[in-house]
Amino acid sequence: MRVGVKLLLVCVAVAGAGVIIGFYASNLTTLAGSPAYSVPVQNSNGHKVVNLEIQTVAAIGPKLSRNPDWVSYLIHTSRGWKRETVWNLPANATVHVTIFNFDGASGLRNPYFGRPQGMVGNSILVDGKPTDAVDPDDASHTFAVPALGLILAIPGVADDAKNQCGFAPCPMSNAHRTIKFTFHTTTPGHYRWQCFVPCAAGWIFGFGGPMQTIGYMDGFLNVSA
Amino acid sequence: MAADPAAAPRQPTDSTNHGLRVVVAWLILSAIATPLVAIYVGPLIPPGNASVQAQGQVFTNQVMVSLLTPVLCLMAVFFGYGLLRFRVRRSEAVLDGPPLRNDPRVQILWIVITSAMVLFLAGFGTYELLKDGSGGGQGPNPIALPAGHKSAFQVQVIGQQWQFTYRYPSLGGMESNQLVLPANTLVALHVTSLDVVHSFWAIELGAKADANPGVDNVAYVETKGPTVFHVRCAELCGLWHGYMFNNGRVVDSAQFSSWSAQEQRIFASIKHYVNRDAPFAHIYLPDPARRAG
Repeated sequence: MRVGVKLLLVCVAVAGAGVIIGFYASNLTTLAGSPAYSVPVQNSNGHKVVNLEIQTVAAIGPKLSRNPDWVSYLIHTSRGWKRETVWNLPANATVHVTIFNFDGASGLRNPYFGRPQGMVGNSILVDGKPTDAVDPDDASHTFAVPALGLILAIPGVADDAKNQCGFAPCPMSNAHRTIKFTFHTTTPGHYRWQCFVPCAAGWIFGFGGPMQTIGYMDGFLNVSA
Repeated sequence: MAADPAAAPRQPTDSTNHGLRVVVAWLILSAIATPLVAIYVGPLIPPGNASVQAQGQVFTNQVMVSLLTPVLCLMAVFFGYGLLRFRVRRSEAVLDGPPLRNDPRVQILWIVITSAMVLFLAGFGTYELLKDGSGGGQGPNPIALPAGHKSAFQVQVIGQQWQFTYRYPSLGGMESNQLVLPANTLVALHVTSLDVVHSFWAIELGAKADANPGVDNVAYVETKGPTVFHVRCAELCGLWHGYMFNNGRVVDSAQFSSWSAQEQRIFASIKHYVNRDAPFAHIYLPDPARRAG
């Protein structure tokens, strides 16, 4: 075989491998471990409004994951509660978020994250009560979108609360905390969100497993025009 | 049976002084390329011009590139000349070249020139580093102290999976997720981590320091005029390492006062908890009371 033909074949193979790796990396960064869920959009006087209902659970359970004892976020879809953490949202929209937390407190590593920021009024409603600071020791998880400057700590269920949820999906009759807030999406882009609490029970310093795997305690907001 | 020397193809005689040609071409190319590279390419090399230290790094890079250019020119001329002059065409027979012979003068010259360059760069680099630290992390006890370091504006950089936050001890221990610095000010960055090893890299400021848990890694930078700079984590630190970045700002004193007043208002509601659970210290490792792991 001629040298020129060999070189051509090598170039084609390298280019092909590059394209495949590119697609894989692109898919990994936007969707890996969690299919994207398009949150229904409503129109209010020409302005886009989204209602996002999510819950946090201490154990995801065998129905929703191969890792039943992993801590996780869930989203309320038309098909029920699903472990899907990549959410498609419209740009420049108002997003009303309700978080139902069924997990106990783990504590914040950095108490600074106890200050809700980046949402409307820099304040959240915890069980209906306006709150501008969460005791770091009482925090169970956080919901943070660093690129949007959004962060809030989610207080945990009391240790001695009755009727605690064993694993997901948790019915509303189980002990839980309800957190509400509103934020605005900005320009289109992939915004990663994550929990800052080292909440992965059983892993060293609480930072392994579900904290290092997309689809449990982190994901993306795919904001598009 | 011994080979008959007379039967071997004779080497063609060539009276051309190839060495002289290469040296002349090299000198001409270097004389043209070196000033062009030093003047036009050098200033474009990162990190930028946002601090005195970054400016120093650009100058260092300028010097090194200027030294490197003649070396690169020599390589280019040598290979170019060899490829063009000694190329065998398809119609010509392949003949072995003349034997290479040892020349002590060339060897000594080569050793002297390369040794001088390496020693100069070592001395120059050491001088630049010791002058003011060049924006690098110097550990908890810095030895390359810039003038006025005792009155430097202190900012603690806290790495955590996966965001940097910034604490300002002179502003009541206020913490913020934005790095805002006053212009024309010497800043002491105290870099640490709450979990794994990160690396704080303020690119255009020329500041880079590892963030190790339980370690106060100090780096000095003297800001210049108002600007925006990029902050990145430069140490692979887990799942979202690639997303551990944001922008910082250098602002004038009026804007800094306005920003710090606004941030302190936001911080006020959490100040009690922050100072209770993590009172300001250079080594900052809060341990959650009910850690999951």
